[in-house]
Amino acid sequence: MKSVELSCKVNGRPVSLPVEPDTMLVDFLRGHLGLTGTKTGCREGECGTCTVLLDGMPVNSCILPALKAAGREITTIEGLARPDGSLDDIQEAFMDAGAIQCGYCSPGMMLTAKSLLEKNPNPSEDEIKHALSGVLCRCTGYRKIVQAVRDASCRK
Amino acid sequence: MAQPFNKLHWSRFVEYDQYLVPDSLDQALAMLAEFNGSARVIAGGTDVVPELRGRRAKVAALVDISRLPDMDGIEQEGGFIRLGPLATHARVAASQLIRDKAAPLAEGCSWVGSPQIRNVATVGGNLVSGQPAADASVPLFALDAEVTIAGPQGERRTPLSDFFLDVGKTAIDPSREIMTGISFPALGENQGGCYQRLAQRKALVLPMLACATLVKVDPQNKTFAGVALSLGPVAPTPMRERVAEQMLLGQPIGKEIIAKAAESASSQCSPRDSLLRGSCDYRQAMVRVFVERGLTRSLALAGHALS
Repeated sequence: MKSVELSCKVNGRPVSLPVEPDTMLVDFLRGHLGLTGTKTGCREGECGTCTVLLDGMPVNSCILPALKAAGREITTIEGLARPDGSLDDIQEAFMDAGAIQCGYCSPGMMLTAKSLLEKNPNPSEDEIKHALSGVLCRCTGYRKIVQAVRDASCRK
Repeated sequence: MAQPFNKLHWSRFVEYDQYLVPDSLDQALAMLAEFNGSARVIAGGTDVVPELRGRRAKVAALVDISRLPDMDGIEQEGGFIRLGPLATHARVAASQLIRDKAAPLAEGCSWVGSPQIRNVATVGGNLVSGQPAADASVPLFALDAEVTIAGPQGERRTPLSDFFLDVGKTAIDPSREIMTGISFPALGENQGGCYQRLAQRKALVLPMLACATLVKVDPQNKTFAGVALSLGPVAPTPMRERVAEQMLLGQPIGKEIIAKAAESASSQCSPRDSLLRGSCDYRQAMVRVFVERGLTRSLALAGHALS
């Protein structure tokens, strides 16, 4: 199979690498770039743990062909902290609220929360739940996660 | 029985040889023609990719039409809404025009998959996938939508009444053809419509029952000047309740005739017994409830609430 050059921006940095055409975005991020913060779960676009932001929009990277990202901007959990290394308000709020148990859903939760707060800085509880509905947490930590997003919205 | 890891469909990777990204419709059609049936169109990919991973289909190449120009508009032209098939569910659900002039479609689109899915999945793809429970297809069917399909022999227009053929099968061949337009009459004065949905959860679930209802009222005679009822999944394809519609057409608006039509709709459909989505009996009973409720609500939205 012939590889194709994929050029895009990942966490603010331009990236250009050859990929096999049937690579999914999650495998490009984890395998080619070593950004293992993005997790794979169901691999069919149900669980949302593979969520990354594509031009600021949450998408399931496990069912998105990597070549769809050509010329576009991707944000992974590694790109959430500020350039000086200090954590984003959302990450701080998740830690303070104890909104993390096993941590597997956390990258997806935090990135969807980030996208929500960018568009809607003061979401209601229903809006938070709606925005997070595409990421499943199996430690049943939803209450604390919703709490963390609400806290993060107050820190802005 | 336990299956070895490499036999589980989600452990397998998607396989195809080429990923082609045409920038014009002609180029896209030429690419499909060259593969002579072994390539497949991909737009958002949220149905195509899981299907390929499950080995329910095999292709040599994917032709990504998501960068084709002028295929994602949401516009009104005269009395018609013109929808680009590449418009995502997220955009259609949020569109003020669709909320005002095609409310059941906005509502249906807001239920598809998850926010992540709605950000990439397209309304055209929802139709082409041909699933009986598709939340954008059921309202589009009630809206009397017509699709434009481009293929090797040029363009043709097909009403949705001729479009859905069977589970996963429609009048479009996604290995040779591309949907280029969706159009339907905008709802106007004395018209109202709504979308109802029954499901086990409030998110990330296919409906056990979905029902789109539209009415048009003759304000002088207080009669039904138009009725559309579409349901899913109660048959292998989204289904129009033509018998119930005909019962109401031209009749004076009233609770009794609505109850009769709802009873008829319920007896016309035969959903499967499903452990996941409820028994046939239960869903038939719910069809009656949904049709009655949907017609009542649609009349109120048309400005003619039942007294």
